[in-house]
Amino acid sequence: MTDRAVKKPAERIPLRVRLALYDLDGVTLLVVPAVLFVAALFVYPFAYGFVLSFEPKKGDWIANYAKFFSDPFLYDTIGATFRLAVPATLINVLVSVPVALRVRDMHHRRILTTILVIPITLGTVLIAEGLLIYLGPQGWFNRVLMMVGIGQIRLVHNYTGVMLSLILSGFPFTFLLTLSYLTGIDPSLEQAAATLGAKARARFVHVLMPLLAQGLAINLCLSFVQTFSVFPSAVLLGAPAGATRVISIAAYQAAYEQYDSSMASAIAMIMGFCQLFIVVLILGARRFVYRGAAGGGKG
Amino acid sequence: MAIAARDFRELRLDGMSRTFGTIKALKGVTLDVRRGEFIALLGPSGCGKSTALNCLAGLLTLSGGSIWLDNTRIDRLAPEERGFGMVFQNYALFPHMSVRRNIGFGLSMRGIARDEIKRKVEEALSIVRLGDQGEKLPGQLSGGQQQRVAIARAIVIEPPMVLMDEPLSNLDAKLRLEMRAEIRRIHDLIGSATIYVTHDQEEALSLADRIVVMRSGEVRQVGVPEDLYASPAHADVAEFMGYRNQIRSRAAKSGNLVSVTIGGVSLQGTPVDTLGSDDVIVAIRPDDLKVTAGGPISVTVESAQYHGHDFYCSGRASDGTELYFLSGQKARKGDALSLAADPGRVLLYSRSAL
Repeated sequence: MTDRAVKKPAERIPLRVRLALYDLDGVTLLVVPAVLFVAALFVYPFAYGFVLSFEPKKGDWIANYAKFFSDPFLYDTIGATFRLAVPATLINVLVSVPVALRVRDMHHRRILTTILVIPITLGTVLIAEGLLIYLGPQGWFNRVLMMVGIGQIRLVHNYTGVMLSLILSGFPFTFLLTLSYLTGIDPSLEQAAATLGAKARARFVHVLMPLLAQGLAINLCLSFVQTFSVFPSAVLLGAPAGATRVISIAAYQAAYEQYDSSMASAIAMIMGFCQLFIVVLILGARRFVYRGAAGGGKG
Repeated sequence: MAIAARDFRELRLDGMSRTFGTIKALKGVTLDVRRGEFIALLGPSGCGKSTALNCLAGLLTLSGGSIWLDNTRIDRLAPEERGFGMVFQNYALFPHMSVRRNIGFGLSMRGIARDEIKRKVEEALSIVRLGDQGEKLPGQLSGGQQQRVAIARAIVIEPPMVLMDEPLSNLDAKLRLEMRAEIRRIHDLIGSATIYVTHDQEEALSLADRIVVMRSGEVRQVGVPEDLYASPAHADVAEFMGYRNQIRSRAAKSGNLVSVTIGGVSLQGTPVDTLGSDDVIVAIRPDDLKVTAGGPISVTVESAQYHGHDFYCSGRASDGTELYFLSGQKARKGDALSLAADPGRVLLYSRSAL
């Protein structure tokens, strides 16, 4: 027998076994559709838009961005969007905490959860239409106010209308997320805190909040990105030429009213970087909070 | 010793009951616990022992009865106002706090000065022998170490009473023995009363000053371990105390002793309660059924498990009765053996009492 014959079996580990060492097997192939999907519908359009934004109709390669940041009619949209997205996100996430806290202890949790989730299934346009009718000048809300003698309040076609719509459609998402994070916290931790003398407030501050912080950060990110890209309700319920002229409206106008897709891409890129900036900021702040499991031990 | 239990004379449970919907989880539990006592609540799962502990801690409200600490009624106080230390089955350590902060949590909730907290935490750490682990997070500790932190956290607030809910059930066998000794040592050191819930009779026997055997939400028997072990008051308590052979039989009185028929043979036994009828349950521990040459009961071995010192066997008597016994010699399936039992260790219970 030669040396080679002895060595050979040792060298020939089947490919399948070698791949298994890196946790790759047949199931791994199931990711392929998702990867293709993301590549086709996210990576490619993003890259395309990015390049397109540097190919303006006229001027040098950076002309679109220069135009955006020199025209108050355009750059003010960033502020307008932040003025809507930041309070809406904070309200949605912060209000979801006490509501979820209460709902967690309820026996008929599923009923209430279902009721709160219905706005998700309705879609923004239907919510906007509903609000226009109910809260409009001839809606029942204002009629009741008139009857009582308070007089009309303007709730639609302005900042308030968009804010209301963002809360109605955004809250169920933040609530469900908060509820699932909250139910993931072992209830015996609060019981332990109680037996150690912590009152409800102290239990919340010292036990629940630190364990929830991680989840709330993710929740803030998702909610912010969602509200920052507000478009339908800003048009339908807001003042699209005034206080609620958000950045997505500017992009829409560039694309479909001025037929300047290069400019529209530039605005979309600016919008994306605004979102990215806030998300990175929030995720960066996570390092100050506990990020491990919220369990009570080896139970 | 600076960490010492708050002074009290006795804790009294008076008809403590709790229902969940239509289920009566606790049916009027009455018990006195004195300072320094170690009480084990023993019973099968679902017997209400954990419910009893949670009621004591204030985590569950009572549906009836009351709890008294000396002359103060405490059953309407919130858990944070009772000041009992509690050790949870899953330890319930705060995962985001270091070991030191976990232990100091109860003290800081009481508004104690920082230096004082630091001193007491160090002391508690040394009591549970974790002096060098103080800065770690609970997730970085082993199960046994987590258990020690949970105990330290419960005792550092110097509670009159420490409540433990099956604290050893998540540990491996070796660690369980080690921690059992630790728990008793710490109990003796700080002088509080301990109420310890377990389903393990061995744990209860080795740890407790008194054992409370529960079943279906009721207290079946309260007694010192030796009494419970030697003469359980009821057949179901006997079953739980390791009297694995429970055979239905007819009793016939002959002088002071009563004879019963087991495996087709007549055997003498000791009645525990006043036998109402001749319909009885005969309870014998496997270690009281001894393999004896010329013994009255002959069995054929069906299975034998080696337990290190002896063999734990099950066998069938000539009339088909299954018997559990210990054999000092190696036993194999199919072996024919003779068994005998001391009349004092053959306990008889009337069937009607069950």
